[in-house]
Amino acid sequence: MSAVDLTQFHKTFFEESREGLDAMEAALLALDSGSTDHELVHTIFRAAHSIKGGAATFGFVDVAAFTHVAESLLEEVRSERRAVDSGLIELLLRSVDCMRAMLERSSQGQPVADAESEALRVELVRLVSGEVAEPAAAAAATAPVSGWNIAFTALPHLLQTGNDPLRLFRELQQLGRLEVVRAFVTDSAPAQLSELDPSQCHLGWELRLHGAVARGDIDAVFDWLDGDCELTIAPLVEAVAAVAMPAPDTAVPKPVAGPRPVRETAAASSEGSSIRVGIDKVDALINMMGELVITQSMLSDIGEKFELSQLPRLRDGLVQLERATRELQDSVMRIRMLPIGSVFNRFPRLVHDLERKLDKRVRLELQGEHTELDKTVLEKIGDPLVHLVRNAIDHGLESPAQRKAAGKSETGTLKLNAYHESGNIVVQISDDGAGLNHAAIVAKAQQRGLIAAGQELNDAEVAELIFQPGFSTAAQATDLSGRGVGMDVVRRNVRDLGGSVGVRSVSGKGSTFTITLPLTLAIIDGLVTAVGSERYIVPLTSIVESLRLRADAVRRIAGGGEVFHFRDEYLPIMRLHRAFACTDAVTEVERGIVVVIEEDGRRVGLLVDDLLGQQQAVVKSLEAHYRRVQGISGATILSDGSVALIVDVGGVVRLGQRSRAA
Amino acid sequence: MYEDPMHEDRRSAAPPLQQLTFSLADEEYGVDILAVREIRSWSRVTRIPQTPDYVLGVLNLRGAIVPIMDLRLRFGLQRESYGDDTVVIIVAITERLFGIVVDAVSDVVDIEPSAIKPVPDMGAVVDTRYLKGLATYAERMVMLLDVEKLMRPEDVETLEAALPAIQEVEVAA
Repeated sequence: MSAVDLTQFHKTFFEESREGLDAMEAALLALDSGSTDHELVHTIFRAAHSIKGGAATFGFVDVAAFTHVAESLLEEVRSERRAVDSGLIELLLRSVDCMRAMLERSSQGQPVADAESEALRVELVRLVSGEVAEPAAAAAATAPVSGWNIAFTALPHLLQTGNDPLRLFRELQQLGRLEVVRAFVTDSAPAQLSELDPSQCHLGWELRLHGAVARGDIDAVFDWLDGDCELTIAPLVEAVAAVAMPAPDTAVPKPVAGPRPVRETAAASSEGSSIRVGIDKVDALINMMGELVITQSMLSDIGEKFELSQLPRLRDGLVQLERATRELQDSVMRIRMLPIGSVFNRFPRLVHDLERKLDKRVRLELQGEHTELDKTVLEKIGDPLVHLVRNAIDHGLESPAQRKAAGKSETGTLKLNAYHESGNIVVQISDDGAGLNHAAIVAKAQQRGLIAAGQELNDAEVAELIFQPGFSTAAQATDLSGRGVGMDVVRRNVRDLGGSVGVRSVSGKGSTFTITLPLTLAIIDGLVTAVGSERYIVPLTSIVESLRLRADAVRRIAGGGEVFHFRDEYLPIMRLHRAFACTDAVTEVERGIVVVIEEDGRRVGLLVDDLLGQQQAVVKSLEAHYRRVQGISGATILSDGSVALIVDVGGVVRLGQRSRAA
Repeated sequence: MYEDPMHEDRRSAAPPLQQLTFSLADEEYGVDILAVREIRSWSRVTRIPQTPDYVLGVLNLRGAIVPIMDLRLRFGLQRESYGDDTVVIIVAITERLFGIVVDAVSDVVDIEPSAIKPVPDMGAVVDTRYLKGLATYAERMVMLLDVEKLMRPEDVETLEAALPAIQEVEVAA
């Protein structure tokens, strides 16, 4: 190939292609909902065109070939030679899915084309008018052919467009054994050698490519030469093939398949996680940095020749320093923040597909797409949201007939909203469907043994039932939801992110699921506790209650474990000083404080000496320089500069269980 | 300092190794200066539960949580009380930082590679795993530390394979 190593651009290509496909999808869905905006068609066309160009440049021939036919089809739509109908949009949406899958496989270095993409390509080719002869060629492409005859005559300006026949031949050689049947000088060449302009090309070739090469792969090689050459490609005639058959035909295809994936794997493995940051955020950082530098030089100036009279100036400087530092911290945190729109964007397509599958009519409303979330949180919130949206359409919204009977509009409304609320991000998924079916939920819970028969439950308790593990009310399991992995998984995922999920439902009016998430995983609200001379931070989200126990409230049970009575149940006492082997801690339960913590529905009373107060803690990893420690989720730095460890509630609960089992 | 490569003198052909020397229980040790990030006086650390006793705890080094190891305890010596002379050498191996507590820092010396001799096999009595070699400098013997081995995770893991059992008993008690 060329001297430049193209693999370094692969990552950018994949990223941009993914964005392009998202744009195509969004535009297609907009067209589907009846928009006639011509600009949408242009958007789709442009996206397809740049993916094709990029794929051809970087040698992803199958992707290029596929996109090429899709582009031809789009070109007809763009030039208004073909009307847009829902069948065409459906086909194009499937093509988008197919391209996405192909790109995914390319980025992982796997073989790109499969039966599905080939079938879809053939379908596209059939649709494209003007290439009537193509279906046969395409069919031939899917059937193994023994080779191709390629007649390639360069037009004089070929070299000026930056194309190089030699490069083409090399690429062809990668596909199979290339044989030059004849090379000739074209009629355009000047008669006198002295008149020859070296920047012009007057050559033509007759080539023969041996091996089971797909037509699309060859097309991709010549993709950039539209209008720069005369080209005819025809399958090898049987007689010729028979001659060329013996050895090369079976031997050639294998080495072809070999080298390419290897190269792509190398590119894929170097792929790391990256963030696209708006230039305004970077500018804000640079401004802040400038201020910090000025403050620093002012302070060092004072420090150099310090007199007592300068004390006010020093104080001013320190105030400035504090402000600049805080702002800098905010700006740096903001770099990790991405708009939730990138997650919301996948829902129009999901809703579109679900509508068809379930025969329901849904209007999707998105709000607050610009609300920003920490990148890590954002990556992990997608699946729970998809689950909730599926649930809302599958179980929440009624069929058009049922809605009509209930006096509602036939089209149901599904609303996704994201907003800030007191240091948290709230994401709401609300529908105007039937609401939670209390009777069905209660019946199911009784059947599953989650509640006793005849037990009276209020609305909140009923709603809580759907989050229980193994609970699913779908009368018959569809392939969308109702597989028993349901709301409990959603809740666990959200909890892992330090958030919570709840539901509010009004019968006949609809339900609203509310997910509350922390702005970032890097900062937690914690309760500072004292154990002996040491400080441990317990995350506030896992604390149920803190209480002081009387000595006689503690019961010993067989095996030496201690329990106490708390809201109708007996909870084990976990002595933190024992778990962490602190020597100078309070050992009498009545002198310490018991913090009731909860993890995965299990509660434990944690015995500490004292509560010192609540504090926001910037979570630092212990693993960065040391290693994981059981029962500790990280560390933070207190205001005096010392380090305090953060208790891993789940780990401590498990530690307690193990010790009781021992 | 500069050695003319053409002027063949085999023993001094390689550049000398700069070592930071420190004392520990009246012996002199050396650590590669390139691994040393800074030297600071002893300050209180935060103990980490469930760790071997030679890991004293962690301290805040400009926002990084850095473990501190007592070299005396690591070598199975008696623990000294920490005083004003006690220093912590912060070393870095492949981005990971850790501190070692030593009695006192002495000097930075150049040691010719040729002056480094292998550590004799002392049998099971003396743990020589963490030594790269022995060197003579100004008629003193300097033991060169292998910092990478000192804090190697596998080492810690092996050592601690025995620990959970003990800890569990403690918790249950």
